[in-house]
Amino acid sequence: MSGLGEVLGGMSVAAHVLVIVLAAAVIAFIVVLVRSRRLRAKYSVLWFSIGIGLAILAIFPGVLSWVSDRFGIAYAPATFMLLALSFLLVLVLHFSWELSRLEDRTRALAEEYALLRLELDERLSAQEQTTGRRPGDTAVEGGDGGDGA
Amino acid sequence: MPRTLVVIPAYNEEQSLPAVLKELAEQTPEYDVLVVSDGSIDRTADIARANGAHVAELPFNLGIGGALRTGFAFAVRNGYDQAVQFDADGQHDPLAVAAILGPLADGADMVIGSRFAEGGAVTYEVSGLRRQAMKLLQRLVHRLVGQEFTDTSSGFRAFSRGMLEFFAVTYPVEYMDSVEALVLACNAGFHVREVPVNMRGRTGGAPSNRRLRLVYYYVRLLVVLLVSTTTRKERARRNVLRHTADDTGGDS
Repeated sequence: MSGLGEVLGGMSVAAHVLVIVLAAAVIAFIVVLVRSRRLRAKYSVLWFSIGIGLAILAIFPGVLSWVSDRFGIAYAPATFMLLALSFLLVLVLHFSWELSRLEDRTRALAEEYALLRLELDERLSAQEQTTGRRPGDTAVEGGDGGDGA
Repeated sequence: MPRTLVVIPAYNEEQSLPAVLKELAEQTPEYDVLVVSDGSIDRTADIARANGAHVAELPFNLGIGGALRTGFAFAVRNGYDQAVQFDADGQHDPLAVAAILGPLADGADMVIGSRFAEGGAVTYEVSGLRRQAMKLLQRLVHRLVGQEFTDTSSGFRAFSRGMLEFFAVTYPVEYMDSVEALVLACNAGFHVREVPVNMRGRTGGAPSNRRLRLVYYYVRLLVVLLVSTTTRKERARRNVLRHTADDTGGDS
């Protein structure tokens, strides 16, 4: 990423190839992740877009200079940094939101688990008291499933 | 006679719990007791069961708010008419439970047992920074809900059936849940009252008052409260509406 500055001024062939290879590697890695289903579809779309964006910039570095000119940014790599930072900021914010949501769900599950286990334990011990044996493998037997609300 | 549940959130309270449960069983045998073991790694749950309480065991620590939610959900599902939040560390007096349950019969939805309200002997010592923070909270809550409370963070509270149904899903889960819950209940139009109670020293456990942490938590609480007045009002109102809609087929 640090080589990008020089690349944009007078692009050397070696640098050009390097950036293209890097972009290709990123895209390849994303493909591997998606194919092995370690990345959810919603994130794969996001990262593919980023990968393609990187590839375009790598192949046609002129695009960045052109955009910088339009916005009056003298130093083209600054445009790249601005975009990258904004993107990362939004992404981290999104993750915080998602994390909060996951925590809420985990919490709800934990609460539900505790209540269900309490009910099961009490039913089993009540059954044990009336029948004199612990109904080890017959937990489904009396399954009316009601919660007594 | 309304069915009453005493909810005791407990996190590693094996030291103090036996005495608390015995006292409750002796002095107020008419109340059912639920201990919510909040991810305890000691024998809290076993001890509670041995002392005849219902025990809900959370698989990991959720904090007092999560434990209370669990307790409230239990109360709602098992048809209790009212519930009391009770400390596992022996601070609360079982004989005072009747006093905080009293106003529920007159239509209150939540009753706070206050350490500082007039009529209670002020035996409860609070020092320095903590006292300042409590004062600040009191003023802030007054400003936010337009009602004066002398003890906003008291954990000795009684809840009506309607309040339980509301809190079983909305009870705040952040630290200082009690203050936020108070604001939430008031904003949602629930009737909240305060009665004086005496509290005793703790028989076990230590108060969580490491200074920097306390300051951090207060700042966090201020943010939560300030945000809550702008957004929570409508959300809370929506929740109440949804609840009353759900309730048409139920009891009460």
